[in-house]
Amino acid sequence: MAVEGAIATDSVRHTAAVHQGTYAGGLGSWLTTVDHKRIGVMYGLSAFFFFLVGGLEALLIRLQLGSPESTLIDADLYNQLFTMHGTTMVFLAIMPLGAAFFNFIVPLQIGARDVAFPRLNAFSFWVFFFGAVFLNSSFIFGGAPDAGWFGYANLTSAQYSPGIRIDYWVIGLVMLGVSSIAAALNFIVTILNLRCPGMSMMRLPLFSWMTLVTAFLLVIAFPAITVGLVLLMFDRMFGTVFFNPAAGGDVLLWQHLFWIFGHPEVYILLLPALGVVSEIIPVFSRKPLFGYPFVVYSGVLIAFLGFGVWAHHMFSVGLGPIANTVFSAATMLIAIPTGVKIFNWIATMWGGSLRFRTPMLFAVGFIAMFIVGGLSGIMHASAASDLQQTDTYFVVAHIHYVLFGGVMFALFGGIYYWIPKITGRLMHEGLGKMHFWVMAVAFNLTFFPQHLLGLHGMPRRTFTYEAGLGFEAMNMISTVGSLLLGGSILIFLWNLVRSLRRGAEAGSNPWQGATLEWSTECPPPHYNFLTLPRVHSRYPLWEDGGVTSTAPTDEHRLPEPHMPSPSYYPVVLALGILVLGVGGLSRALPVVFLGVAVVLFGIYGWAFEPLERQTHPRRGVGRRSRQEKA
Amino acid sequence: MIPFAGVAALLIVGCGGPFPQSALDPSSDFAWRLHDLFRGIFFWAVVVFLIVEGALLVAVLRFRDRGDGRAPAAGHGNTVLEIAWTLAPALVLVLVAIPTIKTIWDVDRAPSGEALVVEVIGHQWWWEFRYPDLGVVTANELHLPVGETVDVRLTSADVIHSFWFPRIGGKRDVLPGHETHLWFKVDSAGVHLGQCAEFCGLSHALMKMQLVAQEPSEFDAWVEGQLAEAAAPESGPAAAGGELFVTAGCTACHRVAGTPAQGAIGPDLTHVGSRRRIAAGVLDNTRENMERWLRDPQAVKPGALMAVPELDEGQIRSLAEYLAGLK
Amino acid sequence: MSQSDAASAEMYTSTGLPSRKLLMWTFIGSECMLFGSLLITYLVYRGKSVVGPYPEELLNIPFISVTTFVLLMSSLMMVLALAAVQRGDMKWGKVWLLATALFGSIFLAGQVFEFSHFVHEGLTLRRNLFGGSFFLLTGTHGAHVTVGVVWLLSLFFMALRGRLTRANAETVEIAGLYWHFVDVVWIVLFTVIYLLV
Repeated sequence: MAVEGAIATDSVRHTAAVHQGTYAGGLGSWLTTVDHKRIGVMYGLSAFFFFLVGGLEALLIRLQLGSPESTLIDADLYNQLFTMHGTTMVFLAIMPLGAAFFNFIVPLQIGARDVAFPRLNAFSFWVFFFGAVFLNSSFIFGGAPDAGWFGYANLTSAQYSPGIRIDYWVIGLVMLGVSSIAAALNFIVTILNLRCPGMSMMRLPLFSWMTLVTAFLLVIAFPAITVGLVLLMFDRMFGTVFFNPAAGGDVLLWQHLFWIFGHPEVYILLLPALGVVSEIIPVFSRKPLFGYPFVVYSGVLIAFLGFGVWAHHMFSVGLGPIANTVFSAATMLIAIPTGVKIFNWIATMWGGSLRFRTPMLFAVGFIAMFIVGGLSGIMHASAASDLQQTDTYFVVAHIHYVLFGGVMFALFGGIYYWIPKITGRLMHEGLGKMHFWVMAVAFNLTFFPQHLLGLHGMPRRTFTYEAGLGFEAMNMISTVGSLLLGGSILIFLWNLVRSLRRGAEAGSNPWQGATLEWSTECPPPHYNFLTLPRVHSRYPLWEDGGVTSTAPTDEHRLPEPHMPSPSYYPVVLALGILVLGVGGLSRALPVVFLGVAVVLFGIYGWAFEPLERQTHPRRGVGRRSRQEKA
Repeated sequence: MIPFAGVAALLIVGCGGPFPQSALDPSSDFAWRLHDLFRGIFFWAVVVFLIVEGALLVAVLRFRDRGDGRAPAAGHGNTVLEIAWTLAPALVLVLVAIPTIKTIWDVDRAPSGEALVVEVIGHQWWWEFRYPDLGVVTANELHLPVGETVDVRLTSADVIHSFWFPRIGGKRDVLPGHETHLWFKVDSAGVHLGQCAEFCGLSHALMKMQLVAQEPSEFDAWVEGQLAEAAAPESGPAAAGGELFVTAGCTACHRVAGTPAQGAIGPDLTHVGSRRRIAAGVLDNTRENMERWLRDPQAVKPGALMAVPELDEGQIRSLAEYLAGLK
Repeated sequence: MSQSDAASAEMYTSTGLPSRKLLMWTFIGSECMLFGSLLITYLVYRGKSVVGPYPEELLNIPFISVTTFVLLMSSLMMVLALAAVQRGDMKWGKVWLLATALFGSIFLAGQVFEFSHFVHEGLTLRRNLFGGSFFLLTGTHGAHVTVGVVWLLSLFFMALRGRLTRANAETVEIAGLYWHFVDVVWIVLFTVIYLLV
């Protein structure tokens, strides 16, 4: 296998000086950037910041629960903390961390110079960023949302939740929804349309595949919660009666709308992680992914089935035995494609030559812990069994085995794997391994006892518990574990910061990766590929002649391809949406009108902004910018 | 694999106990059905866990690169294997699904014979229990006869709650605008602990309740006692407390049968003195706790709707004396 | 890749579809879920209002049939507008674009009239479940029509200033996709809300 990562025909190697421009420039250049790599970095940094915020919230929760009848945190603050912990981790940490990888990696992986709509991409980021800041500003202005990340009606009504806390949540989620849908539309088109020549769907790297599936889930699932949020907003702001039982409103409608979104949302969080693991394991096993088509199809099947199982979040509602049977059976079906993935990963490792560098440790750790989360999932899938487990710490343990032991481990693996691509430097192996082992131990220490707590009768979302119920010891262990978990994150942060200055130079393909992103320099020049590649196999860099250039001869090369110009309009439009949100929150009509004006200005400026024209007659330079005019 | 050794150790030593509110200690036909189902699924989960984690462990140990230059095996896949590991989990799932479906239908079926009807009404943050056929109304302490089928009908006065006694069975949500149902038969006499399981606002954690399961004869005696009017104190601090109960405005929300107090917003206090706990299962029913509650209900239960006018210590003492006498 | 291939790389996409068109199709898929969820809300709450006015007292089927017809005709004009632009006939292109927008506006005027009539009869957003779900559903559709009208007028004014030519046929086609989608949604809403009362 030829593993040296260079485009065979592209012998012109750039010196570092040529593409220092990838991240150069002041604040203005970041505000106006439309480069998918810079946007990816901004997504990653913001997501990690909010991951730390959500983590701090979790630590406060654990400190409060470390002992029975603790008075460290009162009920009011506790309810804000668990609501914001859930909301933050789902919408402001894991989803945008996935988006960071989509942005940075997918265009490189499919051999494109950027996403299909670079300005739309910048817009998605800015709306996300403003939405996240908006949501968290509630801590300063009158208190954070406190009705749970699921916001069940009618607790969220103006009657039972007066004030603006829930308004923050509603408006914030609508903004995040706009951002997610815009980003997902962009990635669907990018992955379907901008694959380089030769990259058929069955040669598409698994991470890009799972990104595509995730994007489809997003555009289909988000409208349901958007409608739910709009109904709730109308109830709160205009006095409609959608969720008012006295006027015939049905509180269960919210649950249906929320979970029709909410269950696919779980796969929106999970599938990118499955994609990351499917990239890491073959590379560090030095063996192609076992059963590639089955791994792809099982991902698609998981997503498809994910739409038919929402009511398994509602088994205790009393929907009746028919509904419970159907949703139990449908939910169990999901275990089959999930199992297929796990078996294929193990089969990939089987007979391989496994190198346990840090990314591989995290990928294997992911499999080990995801299995536990999957098995407890089967227990919840059984509607009758779930009657005891739902709304207890057993479910808290389950979701953390899936979303932390699973998704976050995989994403940390992805960070270790791709950080050299992003910064050009490797993170330290010893620190990385220490991070992994401390985190693995701490994670299990934190969350395994929660299974037992749930079975022994501890409900979730409770700010206190009584002494004498047998909950003390396990809660203490869990709290100690969570502090250790926080410590493991500090190891990671130190490793990351250290690597920026002192990390080993990555070269272009430090892990002998097989996919196209490793055919460019680290970090890539802002145009990614000097000439667009053409691939000839699923693992192009592992085969001689796996990648060729689409440019016929050197004569047709440009010194540097022209890329779309930076634009102020995405951030202006996003700002307009933020102003609209503030207007809705404060019920101040002038602010709303200002928001509308800024939005209209942004849209019209955007639509009529002169796009960069092709300045060089000979090659397809700047063609992205033509296509982008949407 | 160190984490798993740690986990195993936890299983053995970390549990502590006893666990008076544990779902693993069933005490009704309903709870037993769920528990048996859970044990069956748990067995299969352990089997699958051992097989899959075992395979992973073998792969990790056997195929790690030892620097001996061994080339990785070739191979992109194997359709027979794919079919095998699609069918194997499917088979296990069938074995899980059959008892699951059977249990779903068993526990969600109205009993054919006679049943004691109990109406449960969830409030922020306390429980109202009504026995329409017996004419009894009480709060936070549910008395039931052992061995008799109970037909529980649940509704909410405000937001969504969830009715849960872990030893008696699974949860059932308590919804505004819908009536939900639950049926079970308690096994043995004793006090079972329960609490609201659906987040219902500020003091959700403090919305508790107790179930006192009694032999039928004891239960009948309890009903008899509940039907009697409240004992009216003749003199002393309790009598002053009784007067204060009316003049201080308690009657606007609370009912004490046989007195002018006929409020219907808060818990019925006719026999509050006989209950094991107050403030929805949060405080033992002692004089000090009652006084503490009357002094500042929101300090005990944040957001509690109970409004208490300014009272001096003497007044609080006599009011507590009066309430303690309502047996 | 030959020289001519390199030149055609200008338009190269993996699927052969222009990216903007693919974007619009995907967006329409997402919009289907939006209208679907709103429609389900309307249907779930049909007959659940505890106070009047009720739909059968208010809905004026003949009137809405006329405005529905107008909206359907606008779709036809959209087709004609696109055909004109595609063959480079900017004169008729302008005419049909303006006509489409005009018919869309007539539909909107009908909706404004209907809404104010309902409000006059006592049906407001907050009056009952019918009011809330009806106004939200048809209002969301009306907002989509409004966006469409503004979009079409923008294209018309671009054409007036000579900035819309045959080369931009794809732009008109995408606006048309959106417009037809909005019309199809209305056919569904009209059937469900008015004909299945």
